[in-house]
Amino acid sequence: MAIELKVNGNTHSVDVPADKPLLWVLREDVGLTGTKFGCGIAQCGACTVHIDGLPARACIMPISAVGAREVTTVEGVASPAALAIRQAWRELDVVQCGYCQSGQMMSATALLESNPQPTDDDIDAAMRGNLCRCATYTRIRGAIHRAAESLEG
Amino acid sequence: MLGKITPHHLPRPAMDRRRFIQVIGLSGAGFMVGCGRQNDEAAPAASGGAETVPVTAEPVVASEFGPFVRIGTDNRVTVMIKHLDKGQGVTTGLPTIVAEELDADWAQMDFEFAPADASRYNNLFFGPYQGTGGSTSIANSWTQLREAAAAARAMLIEAAAARWQVPAGEIAVSRGRLSHGDRSASFGELAAAAADIAPPAEPVLKDPADFTLIGTRLPRLDSPGKTDGSEIFTIDVTRPGMLTAVVAHPPKFGAAVAGFDAAAALDVPGVTDVVQIARGVAVVADSFWAAKKGRDALTVTWDESGAVDYDSEQLYREFAERLATDPGLVARSDGDVGAALEAADQVIRREYRVPFLAHATMEPMDCVVELSGDGCEIWTGAQLQTVDQYTAAAITGLAPEQVTINTCFAGGSFGRRATPDSDYIAEAVMIAKAIDGRAPVKLIWTREDDMRAGFYRPMSAHVLEAALDADGKPVAWRHQTAVQSILAGTPFEGMVQDGIDGASVEGSRGLPYSIPNVEVRVNTIELGVPVLWWRSVGHTQNGFVTEAFIDELAALGGQDPYTLRRELLADHPRHLAVLDLAAEKAGWGEDPGPGRGRGIAVHESFGSFVAEVVDVSVAEDGAFSVDRVVCAVDCGIAINPDVIKAQMEGGIGYALSAALREEVTLASGAVAEGNFDSYRPLRIDEMPAIEVHIVASGEAPTGVGEPGTPPLAPALVAALADATGKWVYRMPIGDQLRGETG
Ligand code: FES
Ligand code: FES
Repeated sequence: MAIELKVNGNTHSVDVPADKPLLWVLREDVGLTGTKFGCGIAQCGACTVHIDGLPARACIMPISAVGAREVTTVEGVASPAALAIRQAWRELDVVQCGYCQSGQMMSATALLESNPQPTDDDIDAAMRGNLCRCATYTRIRGAIHRAAESLEG
Repeated sequence: MLGKITPHHLPRPAMDRRRFIQVIGLSGAGFMVGCGRQNDEAAPAASGGAETVPVTAEPVVASEFGPFVRIGTDNRVTVMIKHLDKGQGVTTGLPTIVAEELDADWAQMDFEFAPADASRYNNLFFGPYQGTGGSTSIANSWTQLREAAAAARAMLIEAAAARWQVPAGEIAVSRGRLSHGDRSASFGELAAAAADIAPPAEPVLKDPADFTLIGTRLPRLDSPGKTDGSEIFTIDVTRPGMLTAVVAHPPKFGAAVAGFDAAAALDVPGVTDVVQIARGVAVVADSFWAAKKGRDALTVTWDESGAVDYDSEQLYREFAERLATDPGLVARSDGDVGAALEAADQVIRREYRVPFLAHATMEPMDCVVELSGDGCEIWTGAQLQTVDQYTAAAITGLAPEQVTINTCFAGGSFGRRATPDSDYIAEAVMIAKAIDGRAPVKLIWTREDDMRAGFYRPMSAHVLEAALDADGKPVAWRHQTAVQSILAGTPFEGMVQDGIDGASVEGSRGLPYSIPNVEVRVNTIELGVPVLWWRSVGHTQNGFVTEAFIDELAALGGQDPYTLRRELLADHPRHLAVLDLAAEKAGWGEDPGPGRGRGIAVHESFGSFVAEVVDVSVAEDGAFSVDRVVCAVDCGIAINPDVIKAQMEGGIGYALSAALREEVTLASGAVAEGNFDSYRPLRIDEMPAIEVHIVASGEAPTGVGEPGTPPLAPALVAALADATGKWVYRMPIGDQLRGETG
């Protein structure tokens, strides 16, 4: 099906099967590879994007279900919370292999946008869906707190 | 199956090598310096004298030249990384060594992955192979990079001395600038002139006391690209006209394709080819989604006559039977364990079981291959480049030099991407060949493929026996292991000595405790399940059982487990230092409080020493959480303390994940787990607080990717026993404490 997909403020015309997941449309048809494939069943969070500002797992979202909504990926996310997250991620050198980190940052950004001062329990609840096999979790937690502080200050 | 790559297909170790320094001028754009190991008989350039250094402004045609450092007229310093970076941070650690010895500014440092070329970029610990593993990257590069950088620095100084007409000895170098009096110049300004300077035969290395970058926190060079979505992993590589492939693998190990019906798969829009390869049936399409749907529609009939049909439980019973009836091979024998056990008042015997584990890297296995008439170009997170290169050459009929490998950042490995048969890379090459090289092919394994198509940490069973004397001190120790060999049947079979695979007994044969009678035996089991090194290899299981057992012996002998270890490690100062540091920082000896437990363990692996103290809280019903891990590490000179800390945190989290509930279960020869809903790694809410303390050391640096992993499981089991009185003998811990303490 022919679709006008809104991604990071641009409109892309793509012609793909209706059941093709947003993840693969972004990666293969739009050419944005920052959003990763980890499981394909909404268990790992590597494919996390924002749809109308809310975090979503792109691997299980058929392109036909996206409609006219705004998709934001790691390449385009630029809200104050997103910039604070990216900055904190770099200051704390959160990344190891880095493969999960686009999804981690998208989930963390969405968390700060809805809850500017999250507690550890809030972080657990918001970030539980994002696996990191390199176990960078203590730094993810630290970087979210640091980003929250920087937004406050 | 893929024709086995036998050792004689692979390069042979060169004899009698010695160091030499060589320089390549970059046509006025700077220069590169490397120090190689040169084979005497193939060393025409060195024929004028043992330490003659060939210098040329033209690219050198030298098969054993390894340029590691490029200094450009743009003032960038680029370090060629001969290793895979799978998160362990070599793209930061190796440039740190170069920047230090050069006195460069950290902001001018870059890195580039080296091509696959074992003649220049072999791992000095792997003989003629280029590759990464065993936490060797820093250790084998340490002197090599220091010498290359020191030579480059000397050449820059000479160039400045000539330009300014001053003695070289009066020139200072600091943060990427050379200076004399009020004159100064950047590396870039001197790079072209320095390219014509003869490098020193014996570069003078810095006194470690003068290090200014090593030992400080430097930001990771790979952080920017990994935090804005721009880093290109294998799965992100795109080539013009590229097709994507997925493979239907045999449902059981040892099964083979009997036949297939491609019609329904070929009906899926986008599917271009369905081809049989030695490892299954590949569906090739213009996108991943089409290929996957094509595979869903594909019908394959499998010949299971040669397949295994094990169940994990049955295997454990067979392992136990084997341990009971077959004494196995002796890997170590001190004193007379038999007599000591016979004579002892108190003999303790325990059996341990540890399961198959998946590496479950976040990026599933993947590889891009592009064939041309006389070449094969590969993009992947290659970890054993030389093996991969020779394997691709064998499949395509090309010469190894015609196989180019572009090493990409890997989304994790933990050992998985270092496969002796290049499994998934071979698969991608076979598919590209099967479609006649018509288009570049990207092979993507789904998560389920990654879980079920192989390579696992081997399952093992252990019997430990010990005798305690009247004071509760162990006087005899016997450890017998039943485990599959990782190396048997691979190009690395030569590392199996006297029938014993070193990987089966690492961490058990080297038991450091001073016990007069020690015997370590191994029964090698042949199973046909594909097994592989998994973060810390044999140390994962052997570190667990030896440390858990010594802890239980302490408890049974009425000793404090920390004190007993101290006594038995009196001759091992580096073990003692980490043990003491972890104990002190964790407040060992203080009561952790009601419902809580504390455990300790220490283990050496890959030349690094790590002790961990684990605190747990256990509820009435046996549910528990891991609250804190205090870790002390001695890895020699700490190149980048923050990277070391990150690797300890990661190694601890990885080990904890496995200890809590990871297990690959065989059911009738097939892997029961498929995706992250059934194989469930650690999540953020289960991650303990972690403190890492680094022992100050002047020893040569050793690895940190793996050594943080082994002590976690035994310290955790000891902590749970401290809280509940119950010992766990089988991994993962799972629900074993549930309902037994409440
Ligand atoms: S790939 Fe979407 S949640 Fe794992
Ligand atoms: S950084 Fe490697 S999986 Fe998260």
